[in-house]
Amino acid sequence: MSHEAALHGHESHGHDDHGHHEHHETFLTKYVFSQDHKMIAKQFLITGMVWAVLGGLMSVLFRLQLGYPDASFPWLESLLGKWAKGGQITPEAYYALVTTHGTVLVFFVLTAGLSGTFANFLIPLQVGARDMASPFMNMLSYWFFFTASVIMLSSLFVETGPFSGGWTAYPPLSALHDASPGSKSGMDLWIISMALFVVSSLLGGLNYIATILNMRTKGMSMTRLPLTIWALFFTAVLGVLSFPVLLSGMILLIFDRNFGTSFYLSDIYVNGVGALSNEGGSAILFQHLFWFLGHPEVYIILLPAMGMVSEIMSVNSRKPIFGYMAMLGSLFAIAILAFLVWAHHMFVTGLNPFLGSVFVLLTLLIAVPSAIKVFNWLTTLWRGNIRFTPGMLFAIGFVSLFISGGLTGIWLGNAALDIYLHDSYFVVAHFHIVMGVASMFGMFAGVYHWFPKMYGRYLNNTLGYVHFWITIAGAYLIFWPMHYQGLAGMPRRYFDFSIWESFKQFAELNRFISTVAMIVFATQILFLINFFYSIFKGRKVTVLNPWESNTLEWTTPIRPGHGNWPGEIPEVHRWPYDYGKDGHDFIPQTTPVGEDETNTH
Amino acid sequence: MSLILSVAIIAFIYVVIFQIAKASEYVSILKGEEASRQQNHKINGFLMVAFLVLGFIGIYVCNKAYYGKTQLAQGAASIQGEKVDQMLFVTLIITGIVFVITQVLLFWFAFKYQEDKNRKVFFFAHSTKLELIWTAIPAIALTVLVVFGLRNWFFFTGEPPKNANVIEVTGKQFGWIYRYPGKDHIFGKKYYKNIDPATNSVGIIWDDKYAQDDIQTEQAMYVVKGQPVKLIIGSRDVIHDVGLTHFRLKMDAVPGIPTTMWFTPIYTTKEMREKTGNPNFAYEISCDQMCGNGHYSMKGIIEVVDQDEYDLWMAKQKPQYFTAFPEKDPTAVPVKADSTAKATAAKM
Repeated sequence: MSHEAALHGHESHGHDDHGHHEHHETFLTKYVFSQDHKMIAKQFLITGMVWAVLGGLMSVLFRLQLGYPDASFPWLESLLGKWAKGGQITPEAYYALVTTHGTVLVFFVLTAGLSGTFANFLIPLQVGARDMASPFMNMLSYWFFFTASVIMLSSLFVETGPFSGGWTAYPPLSALHDASPGSKSGMDLWIISMALFVVSSLLGGLNYIATILNMRTKGMSMTRLPLTIWALFFTAVLGVLSFPVLLSGMILLIFDRNFGTSFYLSDIYVNGVGALSNEGGSAILFQHLFWFLGHPEVYIILLPAMGMVSEIMSVNSRKPIFGYMAMLGSLFAIAILAFLVWAHHMFVTGLNPFLGSVFVLLTLLIAVPSAIKVFNWLTTLWRGNIRFTPGMLFAIGFVSLFISGGLTGIWLGNAALDIYLHDSYFVVAHFHIVMGVASMFGMFAGVYHWFPKMYGRYLNNTLGYVHFWITIAGAYLIFWPMHYQGLAGMPRRYFDFSIWESFKQFAELNRFISTVAMIVFATQILFLINFFYSIFKGRKVTVLNPWESNTLEWTTPIRPGHGNWPGEIPEVHRWPYDYGKDGHDFIPQTTPVGEDETNTH
Repeated sequence: MSLILSVAIIAFIYVVIFQIAKASEYVSILKGEEASRQQNHKINGFLMVAFLVLGFIGIYVCNKAYYGKTQLAQGAASIQGEKVDQMLFVTLIITGIVFVITQVLLFWFAFKYQEDKNRKVFFFAHSTKLELIWTAIPAIALTVLVVFGLRNWFFFTGEPPKNANVIEVTGKQFGWIYRYPGKDHIFGKKYYKNIDPATNSVGIIWDDKYAQDDIQTEQAMYVVKGQPVKLIIGSRDVIHDVGLTHFRLKMDAVPGIPTTMWFTPIYTTKEMREKTGNPNFAYEISCDQMCGNGHYSMKGIIEVVDQDEYDLWMAKQKPQYFTAFPEKDPTAVPVKADSTAKATAAKM
């Protein structure tokens, strides 16, 4: 209703809560409990960046252990206290760092930080809406995420340490207080934090779906939506359908941990405690519930990056995205298949072999829509006129990483190879490249591309270039050699390899990888400096549409207020990819279709 | 002190890079938007090709340095492993071709089609023919891999041959327990509440008539070269995983739910020592599922030996029953009486 009102201009509607009302905005309502989707997006982004720095720092610490298992660093003891007695990280601390690194990067950075930021920022701006369907729910979504963050952070300071059983939190390890110090109160905080996080992403997701379906401006049919919005739409659908399953899994875990139930527990004898009374549960049940979220989660992370890359690539190639409908169809196919492949994480759990074979088939099927996307991106570049903005570089980097990491997915998705490579460094290399670094690249591409819209200033280009080239080279230097470690069977989540005759030959390589990891981490600091400096002191944006882009967000003022458009919301007449058509460099979506225009889309 | 110094140096480097970047922004404003953009395009276009070339050189160097350290160079030690390796190479070739083609195109296009004022872009929004081609080709390639993969998968997970030697492996924090069924070839029943870490670490029910000849050890698992081995895998506490790198297999050890895996070793440990040139070579069982703080040290050893050596080893083993009840051991001198009390306790 308020959207309808907003469509007719805010001037005549004093009661309209969507129009922009700078008048009674205090610091608290503008920057803290803001209901403006753009501010909430920035809150998600900056919180995500804080977590990215913490998570990255954790990886530097545990890489230090892997690279220099015999060295001792006195400053580590001053930093970590009893977790690094004598300057050497203890196994407890190592596992806590690995676990928290995984949890934080997957959920807080690449889910909340990525889709929280860009879904909030881009959906209203690109579909032509004044704000989200429910700005209040949107605000709640951020504050649930914030609370989850605080609780996760506090778990780092618990006497017995944070949870240390891996981000997948498989019971019985995660269910038994006595199985590991990290499974004591650290785990309770971990579960509570994750539960709140699920609430946050549900509130966000429902909002995104409602906004995309109901609040598109006049003329913005579904097939005129930019691919970013389509990607964010499928992301939200995946999240809404799969996160509740994780939540239910977590609730059962809470029951097993604290109330003596046996959902996941059976026939257990814990050293030093004795036989437990639990019987009849199945530890594998949790894995089904977990991966029913866990696999769609991979695409929740990847799809927004794909969408933004499609958009940025088209804008900077000055050429329409190739195969819009095929891109959309492949997004849809990936979204459907994402729900049907979860058990490929469980090939070696004793899964029924026939069931395993079905999951092999469905898993490898995902390669088809993925291949379509890659070839379409390549064709988008072909005979374009490419502008190397930092955003574009990261988009190209994304495609490169997506190819490299995607192809090893074909190895791991085939059960007969997975039975060898499962839980080795091959897997570490695979998912870091295809999901971790690639999505990070999508996120960087988005930040570089939309920073002028967010803050009305540019990021420094030179720093952007330095950031890109060091990061992509570093990413390959870190993760490419890990495939070889995986092919030697080197298991992941090992604190030290020196006692293993089969795996100790990589000590030198581990040192190399750790060194590169530190350099890459240091380079990200460069990005942070660029980001925060440019918010306040960056070169000012002086034109409405600096990238000469077709989409609606560039029709708003340089620094849009709450409500986005000062006057009426513009009407849309065409799809967003008319670049290089009929001799025009670009034709914004708001331009009506000319009479002599060729009909293409 | 050195810490402060290194922090200062790092901070200094940041400041320098930042100042250069800042200066380059001013220069670009002076030179004009257009000129600096062209320069940026030249540099980044060049770097695109340089990255591609250096990348391929890097892959070559990496392969040269590390291929020899992987299992592939060593060769598989089981018939299953040989199939895995073969499949791995087929997959490598198919994905490798796709990798090279797509990466070359990506970076080459990026270089070739960098902005040029005189170029008119090709308005090319879609082509059903092209899209069909690159839907069909991956689909066909994947069908090949799926068929190949599933044949192996059903072989690996299928029934082992009748003559398989059955061994039970139980994981615990942080070690492995191996149990052999003894002369009767049947395992005695077990129940986890009977577990006593000193004498009955898997919880055998001693009343079971099949239990009393079961042989149990935590030292090493002995298997015979050329004879299939079937493992019955379980866990006492949390989930572990029997990772057999040299045989190219692994299977989780789940409390309460037994799993199985079988393989046929084709080289003895001694032969592998000669083959790899490593006198310390051992078939190691690595735990491949996060199981707690000692996860990284949860090692087991498999000794692959000839039938003769196996028989010799087996002859030396004493049933676990006699460890629990030393007075019943016919070869030992009966001493204490209180072990009967323990025996009745175990029955309860």
